Amino acid sequence: MTDTAVEAEAVGTTEPLLSVEDLHVSFHKGSQTVQAVAGITFTLRRGETLGLVGESGCGKSTTGRAIVQVEPATSGKIRFGDTELTALGRGDLRTLRTQVQMIFQDPISSLNPRRRVNDIVAEPLNIWRIGTKEERRESANAMLDQVGIDPFLLGGRRPREFSGGQCQRISIARALVLKPKLLVCDEIVSALDVSVQAQILNLLEDLKQEYNLTILFIAHDLAVVKNVSDRVAVMYLGRLCEIAPSDVLYEAPAHHYTAALLASAVEPDPEASRSSAALLGEPPSPINPPSGCRFRTRCPRAETRCAEEVPEMRQIAPGHQVACHFPISS
Amino acid sequence: MSPGTLLEVEDLHVSFATSRGSVQAVQGVSLSLDQGKTLGIVGESGSGKTVLSRAIMGLLPRSSTTQTGSVRYNGTEILNAPNDDLRKLWSTHIAMVFQDPMTSLNPVLRIGNQITEPLKIHLKLSKGEAKETALSLLMQVGIPSPVERYQAYPAQLSGGMRQRVMIAIALACAPRLLMADEPTTGLDVTVQAQILDLLGQLQHDRDMAMILVTHDLGVVATRTDEIIVMYSGNVVERAPTNVLFKSMAMPYTEALLKSTPRLANPSHTRLTAIEGRPPDLLHPPAGCPFSPRCPYAQEKCHREKPPLVEAAPGHSYACWFPLTAARPQEVTA
Amino acid sequence: MSSVITDDIAEIKQEIDAEEAADPTKKKLGVLFWICVGWIVLVAVTATIANLLPLPNPDLGNYNSVQNGGPGWGHLLGTDDLYRDIFSRLIYGARVSLVVGFGGALIGLVVGGIPAMISAYRRGRIDTALNTGSYVVLAFPAIVAVIAIVSFWGKSLFKITLVIGLFAAPLIFRVVRASTLSYATRDFVLAAKALGASDTRILTREILPNIMPTIVSFGLIAVATIIVLEGSLAFLGLSVSPPTPSWGNMLNEGSSLLTGAKGQTNPWLVIFPAGAMFLLLISLNVVADKLRAYFDVSEIKL
Repeated sequence: MTDTAVEAEAVGTTEPLLSVEDLHVSFHKGSQTVQAVAGITFTLRRGETLGLVGESGCGKSTTGRAIVQVEPATSGKIRFGDTELTALGRGDLRTLRTQVQMIFQDPISSLNPRRRVNDIVAEPLNIWRIGTKEERRESANAMLDQVGIDPFLLGGRRPREFSGGQCQRISIARALVLKPKLLVCDEIVSALDVSVQAQILNLLEDLKQEYNLTILFIAHDLAVVKNVSDRVAVMYLGRLCEIAPSDVLYEAPAHHYTAALLASAVEPDPEASRSSAALLGEPPSPINPPSGCRFRTRCPRAETRCAEEVPEMRQIAPGHQVACHFPISS
Repeated sequence: MSPGTLLEVEDLHVSFATSRGSVQAVQGVSLSLDQGKTLGIVGESGSGKTVLSRAIMGLLPRSSTTQTGSVRYNGTEILNAPNDDLRKLWSTHIAMVFQDPMTSLNPVLRIGNQITEPLKIHLKLSKGEAKETALSLLMQVGIPSPVERYQAYPAQLSGGMRQRVMIAIALACAPRLLMADEPTTGLDVTVQAQILDLLGQLQHDRDMAMILVTHDLGVVATRTDEIIVMYSGNVVERAPTNVLFKSMAMPYTEALLKSTPRLANPSHTRLTAIEGRPPDLLHPPAGCPFSPRCPYAQEKCHREKPPLVEAAPGHSYACWFPLTAARPQEVTA
Repeated sequence: MSSVITDDIAEIKQEIDAEEAADPTKKKLGVLFWICVGWIVLVAVTATIANLLPLPNPDLGNYNSVQNGGPGWGHLLGTDDLYRDIFSRLIYGARVSLVVGFGGALIGLVVGGIPAMISAYRRGRIDTALNTGSYVVLAFPAIVAVIAIVSFWGKSLFKITLVIGLFAAPLIFRVVRASTLSYATRDFVLAAKALGASDTRILTREILPNIMPTIVSFGLIAVATIIVLEGSLAFLGLSVSPPTPSWGNMLNEGSSLLTGAKGQTNPWLVIFPAGAMFLLLISLNVVADKLRAYFDVSEIKL
């Protein structure tokens, strides 16, 4: 695909590390089926950070979990490197887990309250029996040190003695001790104070450089996502609306939902035009999504075509794709 | 006290007795709020902003809390007043909107019941009158199909809807002052904008004063007249909104702003994080509470606690070496 | 630069904070807890080594002693109407209570607790089936079932322990299942899955340590309840056969000696077993409660 090649030139490598194709994830709630993810396609190149942004219920967390394989995909393909994840048996899948790791939103709930911190960080090495007991301890300590937690002073403590930010650091250490290639961050700073959030984001950036990580950064805060990502993908009700390089997306959004999100965002600047609600009403229920384009019920530009035909992802500029019949023209 | 002043807080101290000692949650806070104006109280976890808002309302448990100072509503002292007196004020004069609507609404009562309750108790409306008023309130807060939603339980509504219901309950008896404690935290961006717009509009329609307590500088930037920045139980800066952002004096305020990612900045902008951790409220340090983490801290800062001084009309701060004096003005991006 | 000093100060502060944070949990068990633990251990140890202690024979009466004598020289707690030493019978009788109590609870834990953990973790149809099944069994009055089965099958220490244990299983199932559910949905379990941990590993290393406090304290309550149940069975003549002493038996026999002509009453025969049972039950309850409170320390320190 030409646009992949063009994008790749911009970043440096040509090989996509992760390739998601027409992913569907559905849940059964009693007798009803919820289509949390309804057919999304994107790629992630080695060394890049892709931001995945959307509001609650859009399916971004579910996408992350499907990639890490803690949530089974209903259909579609997830290709990691050369391996087709959805086709793997249980045993091989377990082995691949060392290469893809995830960090969660709630810092406290992510750590076992009954275990000590250095134990928690060494656990991945214990599960996979990597190295001797001494080596594992050293690796865990080194990792804790790298995330800013003194392993000797604090390694023997339990999670409840740490703050939210520190717990998140410990989770990061645990995720990286296996030296994974891909890191999925699911709302990792949403539960933290602003000043702590900044610390964690900086830490993530540093670790990304050091370990040459590829990151899928899932969040709902637009400014945070922009700060961290090379490219950003916007989701609404299980489908992708738009994918573009960060700066382009924020300066010239093509999808009406993206534009509404940006207009609604609050900025710490009294001179900024008062963020008035650009989007009224509530998102429809994922059990009964609107036909055609799912955003059409709240879109200012919707026409009959939008109800009849599902818009496909089209490229409108190098690296910029949008799924809309009537995208905003810059 | 000028005739337009609705709320006046003077030197409020709040501390809690815990098994590990006395936690100094609020240390000498003073503020005032005029009729129809909006005050923003900004701070992170542990800053004391929630305790402050609860203390003003009189909602803190009496047994383990020590409150000193003065809180005057319309001239009447309400700090440490008996609950019976406070009940006359709650809902009819001062109302509060809480953060998490799921836990603030009673999950086993229908929405309609929860709205009509203050109407029947405080305004002594009959059942029919109360229901009519409740439906009208539901419409005012923008809930579609209010007649259906009247019968719904909180769990059947979305987060944004529940928050609207909370606002409806708070405004049922037309209070003069609304306390909104993190009203949009946890809500989606688009819903947040809707709720903030709603609050602004209702405030304008009813000429109501509002206190907006939040950790998000963005929320207060365009919707408040005055802002108070809190850190470790103290007010560290107070100024009219424009003045605060244009010429902030307190390094903490500056640090807070610099560590917030901005849409206008290009991606991968390095954020200036505040190093270290929030202070321990059990043993507040001698000297300025922010000094252990302040990039500009000097010896004096660690030794002596700076008082809150009003350097310019309406602009107060507590800092020995404020930004405007020692450094060129920071231009906010 | 001041940032280095800042880091040092922050670190030292953190250490002090962490020390203080660790402290509150140490104080909570209290003296009463240890007294009760001591009592339980004492009862268990003396019952176990009863053979080695210089006790009169509990089954055979010594016709040299007074019949129905009160506490006195030679017989610490007196004798019963068959000239047997009450103190000795009390100690040997403890064996029955302890075996039925702890044995039954253990059977209940194995039969009820282990499937509960697995079922709550895996969810799905089996979980629904077991869950519903436990409700059904619980709805049935256990004591009636136990009486029926024991009357039919026969009375022996083993049989009674087994039957009671099996009927304790559904309740233990429910408690363990609820506890497991509350932990199985937390992120750290998901993180362990994402790390590639096997289900067994997750159950034993992540979930079990967290539900252990609940299991222990509920288990002790179960022991106490089962001991009372044994007493009830004995009252119906369905516990171990005489002359083997059990506290329930002693209560049963003693109840007929509470009233009657002078010389034919022996309240001690009721007071002492009841007293012993009371003390043991209270100790078990106190230990269970204190343990629960001890482990219930708030986990959040944000």
